Amino acid sequence: MTQQVRLNQPTATKDGNILIDVQHLKMYFPVTSGIIVQRKVADIKAVDDVSFFIRRGETLGLVGESGCGKTTTGRCILQLYRPTAGSVQFGELDLCKAPGQLLRAMRRKMQIVFQDPYSSLNPRMTAGSIVGEPLLIHKLVHNNKEFRQQVADLLQTVGLNPYMADRYPHEFSGGQRQRIGIARALAVRPEFMVLDEPISALDVSIQAQVLNLLEDLQGQFNLTYLFIAHDLSVVRHISDRVAVMYLGHIMEIADRNELYANPLHPYTKALLSAVPIPDPLVEAKRERIILRGDVPSPLRPPPGCVFHTRCPIAIDECRAAVPELRKVGTDHWVACIRV
Amino acid sequence: MATLLQVKNLATYFYTEDGVVKAVDGVSFDLQEGETLGLVGESGCGKSVSALTVMRLIPNPPGRIVSGEIIFQGEDLMKLDDDEMRHIRGNRIAMVFQEPMTSLNPVLTVGKQLTESLELHMKMDHKAAWKRAQELLEMVGIPDAGERLQHYPHQFSGGMRQRVMIAMAMSCNPKLLIADEPTTALDVTIQAQILELMQNVAKDLGTSVIIITHNLGVVARYAQRVNVMYAGRIIETGTAREIYGNPRHPYTLGLLKSVPRLDEPRKERLAPIEGMPPDLVNLPPGCSFRPRCPYAIKRCEEEYPPLVSVKDSSADRHLAACWVADQLGRK
Repeated sequence: MTQQVRLNQPTATKDGNILIDVQHLKMYFPVTSGIIVQRKVADIKAVDDVSFFIRRGETLGLVGESGCGKTTTGRCILQLYRPTAGSVQFGELDLCKAPGQLLRAMRRKMQIVFQDPYSSLNPRMTAGSIVGEPLLIHKLVHNNKEFRQQVADLLQTVGLNPYMADRYPHEFSGGQRQRIGIARALAVRPEFMVLDEPISALDVSIQAQVLNLLEDLQGQFNLTYLFIAHDLSVVRHISDRVAVMYLGHIMEIADRNELYANPLHPYTKALLSAVPIPDPLVEAKRERIILRGDVPSPLRPPPGCVFHTRCPIAIDECRAAVPELRKVGTDHWVACIRV
Repeated sequence: MATLLQVKNLATYFYTEDGVVKAVDGVSFDLQEGETLGLVGESGCGKSVSALTVMRLIPNPPGRIVSGEIIFQGEDLMKLDDDEMRHIRGNRIAMVFQEPMTSLNPVLTVGKQLTESLELHMKMDHKAAWKRAQELLEMVGIPDAGERLQHYPHQFSGGMRQRVMIAMAMSCNPKLLIADEPTTALDVTIQAQILELMQNVAKDLGTSVIIITHNLGVVARYAQRVNVMYAGRIIETGTAREIYGNPRHPYTLGLLKSVPRLDEPRKERLAPIEGMPPDLVNLPPGCSFRPRCPYAIKRCEEEYPPLVSVKDSSADRHLAACWVADQLGRK
């Protein structure tokens, strides 16, 4: 890259360590009613008062079941949704307050890889133009030769052949398409990437290939990842720290080894025990915590701790107030009054 | 135990513009009464097509069952006409599909859909069928079953819908339940609920189960036997213990090694299977796994290995289709 877009805002933080700092993030989606006059009748609290940080160069795993708000959190950080309240510090800059033009420039530093490699690529564009489009938008190349060279380099970086640049998405397999998605995100040399279930749609034998690629790229380009997934074994493999979400709230957040060795929140415990292990001998001996019931609707979340309706150890106090995320060890926070 | 289902040399091809897709190509297996069999493999390996073939639900054209016998309770399903086959589907063989939203009819109440097969197969009158439907919903753990019968599928959550599907499948006390990725669309905690439920219901009614899945973990807990499929063929079969503890096909071995496991120390790097699944229209000559196989020898290029018993296996009927299977023994 010959010339870089210069930003006025410095990106080094006070301690130079924390890259993303999310404070009291809320994202409410309005529910409207009425035929002519749309009135707001309720809010879906997709993300409700979530705070966490991501250190530079680390991977934060964000796990939870569908509808828990993990994807919304990822999109709020990138300002693909403008949050209802709270702040997202990227370095020194609060993205929630940043004006459009500055935000557009900031998008060069943060990128996203989507879950579904089939629907996230434009079927009418060739792989080369998909990967190269960010280069043109951010004016990172000056002539056609440079463009082609960079696209070829990017494809090579993600393990695709440069001659594939002229093919269309339907000519690639799922794993290869996901590589194109990753190359597109990498094109602008971002510092931070949101990986939204990047391997869930892929075949088992291909998942490990893409995970290894993501790890290699992180080392090579010094990337910071927010890895959103529902598969706890994959999250353990790739993350340095892990946050567990349930119904718009963070239930537990801890260092990876700590969380898997010493899970404290009853929801984390249930999630871990529900993950099947590919070994019949281990499975026969395992105790399983089977949660009763379903996840409540985010339209009418239960009062107090949102998990109390399914919690095996809930008491009356759990219904009274939302538990604070409190520190219980070095780099281990949990939102539960029973632990 | 008596043999419930015997599948011999089954082949289902799809005739497409690009050529003949050999989705299932010479599959043989059997299933004992009360047994749970896991059918494992990646997308396109033919696991769903073999199940649909057993039900004779292959759309023709483009698909055709080219050869094979499906002996179910001593009767060859391939010889039945469409009318006779309809008496078996939903009655003696039932199916649960992956996506509960698309496999329920959105414009009919759950009660209507549940009583349909009861009235058709069990010859119940409307009132008796409705009562039985309520019992079925209670059996699968749906609260307020009586009222819920009046509800439409969209009023149920994903896990609840899958419970309805199971209730529907079990309504005529089938001898065989085929579950095609029954929990793939569900959340982890709901997944555990549904699998546990399926296992209990099948045990109570003495139903044999075929679980089709790509998730090796799901099968480990619930299946007694496992068939691993690749490119339209069974490449390894054996008891679950043998398949997981003593895998002999490089593909099975590769699959087990490529997934991170919660019960083992974290690995620095995963060991993926290189390459990608083959194109079913242009399968490579010899063994279809050869282009991705780290153990391939010259012979793999020339001859497709037969599915034969492996040496040093403690369990009965542990077969693998690999020329080097015996060298891949316990290390």
